[in-house]
Amino acid sequence: MAISRRTLLNTAGATALATGLPVRRARADEPIKLGAIEDNSGVLDIYGKPIVMANAMAVDEINAAGGLLGRKVQLFQYDSQSDIALYTKYAQQLVREDKVDVAHAGITSASREAMRQTYRRANTLYFYNILYEGGVCDRNCFCTGTTPAQAVEPIIDYAMKKWGNKTYVLAADYNYGQITAKWVAHYVEERKGEVQKTEFFPLDVSDFASTIAKIQDAGPNFVVAALVGGAHISFFRQWAASGMNKKIPLTSTTFGVGNEHLALSAAEGDGILIAGNYSPELDTPANKSFLAAWAKRYGDAKVVHELAVSQYQGIMLWAEAVRKAGSVEHDAVVKVLETGLKIEGPAGTVAVEPKTHHCALDIHLMVVKDQKLTIIDTAKQRPPSDTAQYCDLQKNPNDNKQYEVKI
Amino acid sequence: MDFAAIVVLEILYMIAFLALISAGLAIVFGMMRVINLAHGEFVMLGGYATIAAAKHGINIYFAMLVISPVVVGIIGLIVERLIVRFLYGRMIDVMLATWGLSLLLIGLVTLIFGNTAVSVPAPIPGYQIGHYQMGGYNLFVIAVAALLMCAMWLVLRYTRVGLVARGTMQGAEVVAALGYNPSTVYMLTFTVGAALSGLAGGVMAPLTGLLPSVGGAYVAKAFITVITGGAAVIAGTLSTAALFGTVDQIVSFASTPVLGEIAMLALALVLLRLMPQGVTGQFFRNST
Amino acid sequence: MSASGFGVGRIRWNWFAVLAVLLAVLPLASETNTPTLLAIWSLFALSLALMWGYAGIISFGHAAYFGLGAYTYAIASFNIGESTVPFLLALAVPALVAAIIGAMMFYGRISDVYLGVTTLVVTLILNRFMNATAGDAYRIGNARLGGFNGIPAFPTLNVPGDPTTQIYGTAYYYVVIVSLLAAYLICRWILASAFGRALIGIRENELRMELLGYNVPAYKTAIFAVAGAMAGLAGCLFANWAEIVTPSVFGLGQTAEVLIWVIVGGLGTLVGPMAAAVVLGSLKLALGHQTTIDNSLVLGAILVLVVLLIPRGFAPSSVAWRRRFAQSQVRRRQARGKRRRRIALQEAEP
Repeated sequence: MAISRRTLLNTAGATALATGLPVRRARADEPIKLGAIEDNSGVLDIYGKPIVMANAMAVDEINAAGGLLGRKVQLFQYDSQSDIALYTKYAQQLVREDKVDVAHAGITSASREAMRQTYRRANTLYFYNILYEGGVCDRNCFCTGTTPAQAVEPIIDYAMKKWGNKTYVLAADYNYGQITAKWVAHYVEERKGEVQKTEFFPLDVSDFASTIAKIQDAGPNFVVAALVGGAHISFFRQWAASGMNKKIPLTSTTFGVGNEHLALSAAEGDGILIAGNYSPELDTPANKSFLAAWAKRYGDAKVVHELAVSQYQGIMLWAEAVRKAGSVEHDAVVKVLETGLKIEGPAGTVAVEPKTHHCALDIHLMVVKDQKLTIIDTAKQRPPSDTAQYCDLQKNPNDNKQYEVKI
Repeated sequence: MDFAAIVVLEILYMIAFLALISAGLAIVFGMMRVINLAHGEFVMLGGYATIAAAKHGINIYFAMLVISPVVVGIIGLIVERLIVRFLYGRMIDVMLATWGLSLLLIGLVTLIFGNTAVSVPAPIPGYQIGHYQMGGYNLFVIAVAALLMCAMWLVLRYTRVGLVARGTMQGAEVVAALGYNPSTVYMLTFTVGAALSGLAGGVMAPLTGLLPSVGGAYVAKAFITVITGGAAVIAGTLSTAALFGTVDQIVSFASTPVLGEIAMLALALVLLRLMPQGVTGQFFRNST
Repeated sequence: MSASGFGVGRIRWNWFAVLAVLLAVLPLASETNTPTLLAIWSLFALSLALMWGYAGIISFGHAAYFGLGAYTYAIASFNIGESTVPFLLALAVPALVAAIIGAMMFYGRISDVYLGVTTLVVTLILNRFMNATAGDAYRIGNARLGGFNGIPAFPTLNVPGDPTTQIYGTAYYYVVIVSLLAAYLICRWILASAFGRALIGIRENELRMELLGYNVPAYKTAIFAVAGAMAGLAGCLFANWAEIVTPSVFGLGQTAEVLIWVIVGGLGTLVGPMAAAVVLGSLKLALGHQTTIDNSLVLGAILVLVVLLIPRGFAPSSVAWRRRFAQSQVRRRQARGKRRRRIALQEAEP
């Protein structure tokens, strides 16, 4: 092949220029395109499958109500099979081939970071609707899930008042767990408490025997367990099997997100204190009609978890913004969202914070009882104060990074 | 003192765990030189069988000790007849086929049971050592593993079936010449191996969160234990399980479970380097 | 193992040229993102096919070197910025690690399935370690290892010497394709050399080669390192394509996938595994377009069927089919010839 590097790059540049510019034509008969990439199979499908269901339901609901701006919404959904390479691949597919108007995609933070720049470069509006460690600061990206600061303070406050000031922290060994553990330490120390020890567990650890013995050795007033995923359920089971669940109370900010309360028997799960954005027991009209619609569509609503609800709310938030903007154009929709747009979702009010592109959300304190998440208290409209420490998109609209929260 | 007792108990438990999840693979690999990559899924199916039976009101012990092995044994038999028997002597093809099978089983179980983690509570309450609270069910796991190993040893050593099985290991032609059909022996071996995996899954079910994809966590550990053990089925599995379990737990107690696992893997590397034919290639040459 | 396709093989230059031209003009007809990924997978399959198919070294942990390449590039490019040195390091580090591990195994006379386990253990250790590096303390220079979430947003490949000009899109496609074709030619060159012939000899009968005076462990270690470097190259190219590296590059899934490509493509060929990577990779991508059937189910069923129906992998099987077809042609021609002769004889008889 006798192509010099220079001509090669020139051609490449020309091609990139030719294909890279999004050409958008908004015609009334053309559907609005919504892209979604989730793990519908593989190890993460416990989170992904309900999200896939929520996507289909949200889009059908919007269409049943007449669509947006008189146009139908069409869903482009891909199964990333719990493989990071496929996120990159399908994100390219969404922006280049399908030319979607908005993408609601990603579960893990790694998947978000694998896609975020692709959407930004292609000027495709991006929603990440999952609870995560916080800190993303990108004008093209809206994060509608909870971040650690939102959920950690209410639960620590409650637990320390009720049980005492010594705590032992267990957390999943990745960004989310590490940062959550920092916030726990921050709020515990702020209240003159003591974190005896913090232990981190990679997501595939399923043997907690040595840890349970070490906890007993330390004798905390309560344990914070920010554990994630199928393997970590073993902790709650082994904790109960040793009889510790009757002796030292457990708290968690992640329990219930993967429907852990259904995996544990009533005897094992009862009494665990949780802080999160959603419980199926929420007694609001929005939640009731959401669950009824889900049950009607899929048989029963047992699999609904916080991530699925969060995804549904993210799509509804975007839809509301499109309605208010009267357009699906990127900048018009962002402008409306940045007015502090609010919707009432199944989990409560979702209000966009213009500075951070994160959302103020209700945090519910819940206790596990008979495999149900019974609500005992609600902290209304907690702001994403962790991200807000660093991120101000009103002042620096060109910011594009994930800040690491330092406490 | 109490703490030392706990460490010893946890070490015993880890050894029992490794021996249990490896037994099925050890038999199939030791007798037939078949590497069954769907082994982890057999364990997973055993867990699901126990939980499904327990949810239908069947006594939990009966479910894990009888129903799980029988159900998974039957599945193993079907797999052997439909797939594996065409591939004997082709180690690589068996691996590929059983890898495919493992994906297939994960998909099937997801389809049937959904992908939410399921479980049954441990039927034995915790007990007290000094001021420490311990899981009583762990003792049960240790007992089951010990009994299983004894039973396997007795069968292989002192019964006709065991003799034929050991004979097949050493030379299938000889056994065939003596009037035993190797194809039948293989079929039964595979079935028994699957049943043992089912038993392991049933017994472990109350201690872990069960997901369709959980098999992956078992297969690598079992695989390393069995192969580092070498050719002798029981002596090999037991000796490596003992070594790995001890190192894993001591390092876990001293630092973190992750370092425990890494230490265990590093030990496997060292053992394989020193004894390239596995532990029993070096010692216990004439054991079972 | 004397079946066809198990010898040295040779290059059919005419086919090679046709393929190269087709790959060169592909960007005119299609987008290049998918072909780039498939070519990277193909390169990864090639590295294992060389080592396993020709030197008989089985590895259940080939992902270790793929992952090392990816991580080396990401970490080095964070620290250096300009991508030439990181690119070379991404070849050198996996090669070096492979040489060390290989020497340990081959001078220790580890063989057969024990080799499989040893390589698997190395990969698992790397995977466990990388998964446990989410803490702040784990950083190499400017690069945070990041644990489960991996390392995003490192500087990608640039034109050598000019850090501001990134290579991406179609240009990057050409980089990958040239790497792939060059790697293929290097493999062919190795196999045709005395070194390669000795390797095949070792595969066929290790003891005999040893008695003939060949230093068998040295040969095996060398090819292990070469395959490691090639896998590292694939990993580095993958990192640049995905723009993120995560510990899943060391995962069991990655390791199993490359094994499957090589087995399905056929042991003892180079083109087979490369093609299998492209076909099975495309299949995986295509499956992701639907969310109604669980994809594990579909992929699993396909694999089982392939093993049962096409026992030796596609490439050797197709050679066998071609041969059988040719033989049947010959037989038919012979039969026809005989018949004609018989008729001639009959006619000749009075």
